[in-house]
Amino acid sequence: MSQQTSAHGKRLLSPFNVVTGCILLVGLVLTAMRFLGGLGTVTNLDDNNPWGVWIGFDLLCGVALAAGGYVTSAACYIFGLKRYHSAVRPAILTAFLGYALVVFALHYDVGRPWRLPYPIFVSQGTTSLLFEVGLCVFLYLTVLFIEYTPAALEWLGWRRARNIVVRMTLVLTIFGVVLSTLHQSSLGALFLIAPSKLHPLWYSGYLPVYFFVSSLFAGMSMVIFEGTLAHRYLHDKMDRTHLEESEGVVLGFGKAAAFVLAGYFFIKIIGIAVDDSWHHLVTGWGAWFLVELIGFVALPAFAYALGVRERNQRLIRVTAIWTVIGVMLNRLNISLVAFNYHLPSSQRYVPSWMEIATSIFIVTLGIVIYRFITTRMPILYEHPEYRTEH
Amino acid sequence: MAPVFHTLQEFMLHTKNIVYLLMAAGLIGLPLFWWFLTERDEDQRTY
Repeated sequence: MSQQTSAHGKRLLSPFNVVTGCILLVGLVLTAMRFLGGLGTVTNLDDNNPWGVWIGFDLLCGVALAAGGYVTSAACYIFGLKRYHSAVRPAILTAFLGYALVVFALHYDVGRPWRLPYPIFVSQGTTSLLFEVGLCVFLYLTVLFIEYTPAALEWLGWRRARNIVVRMTLVLTIFGVVLSTLHQSSLGALFLIAPSKLHPLWYSGYLPVYFFVSSLFAGMSMVIFEGTLAHRYLHDKMDRTHLEESEGVVLGFGKAAAFVLAGYFFIKIIGIAVDDSWHHLVTGWGAWFLVELIGFVALPAFAYALGVRERNQRLIRVTAIWTVIGVMLNRLNISLVAFNYHLPSSQRYVPSWMEIATSIFIVTLGIVIYRFITTRMPILYEHPEYRTEH
Repeated sequence: MAPVFHTLQEFMLHTKNIVYLLMAAGLIGLPLFWWFLTERDEDQRTY
């Protein structure tokens, strides 16, 4: 008995649990401070910088990195690449949690959570891009939830309900692709309203196209990255099919990401030419822009290509992390670093530690929920009763 | 030194010229990159 208690206590006090528990505790305190004391209590936001790290990281990066859901399901169900089937459920779960946490994080910025349904059901601002983004995210989150439910229903043993949802897979996938195309690009279009605030190297009439195209390789890289993490930490939960197909997923997604990255690099250069922004490249801002464009787009494209040619799994997996960091850098550059670039440094926005801690809290919450679901539901393995259905 | 433009026509002509040259470079460069990417593929084409 004492041995059981000791073993149980040891499991509870694992490093992961202790660190996670501390982050969640701090996050809860900050949440109380923000909702009881207002934005000024925990943020450095002001009239010049009404959007901070919660929008730049939680929302823009969150939505881009959750693109793996529609990319993987489209590859499998629309393009018929069934060899990627084992990657669909983890990708859908990550996308669902990603979008759910985007909406959750948005509450911190917007406040008054009970008013969340207003833009959709009470007072629609149909001429606003934000309305379009809000509507798409609302609909796509619903689609992702339905796409995720077969795993939960299999776990619960509700066969009939599960079969009904599975029959809707193709329709849901098409709906998901349409909605993602719309709101991924609209998030870029939001910045079209601020040509005088965003640095000319990042500002372009093609921003919506850039956001959409970059979401494609962001999604693919995230699928590879989360597959790597699952292999390392949830290996015992993966069945033989998942383990056998994982190499093909890494090579296939790595190849696609390489080519999309190359295309993205090309259209970024076209954007500079169209706006005749070449002379900005020789400034300090230009150097930073080139770090992003060459260091986090061109080089990862080449590294992916090299990895695929050499069938070097490790190189592809490292490049996936590199690309994910690059997409995050791009979103943070557009929303924070190159935004209000003309302001004196005293008026520039620097996030407070509490804003950053809140973002870490939200990411940690996602990891905890992901872990809870994958250790219980058939996400990384096929439920024994449904193995013959694919 | 950045070129000086006196009219929108001059600006558009200049930028379009460069975009056309870049498009030509892309039409050559992207297939070459694709070739580099897929050169060692083992899949046999069926079309």
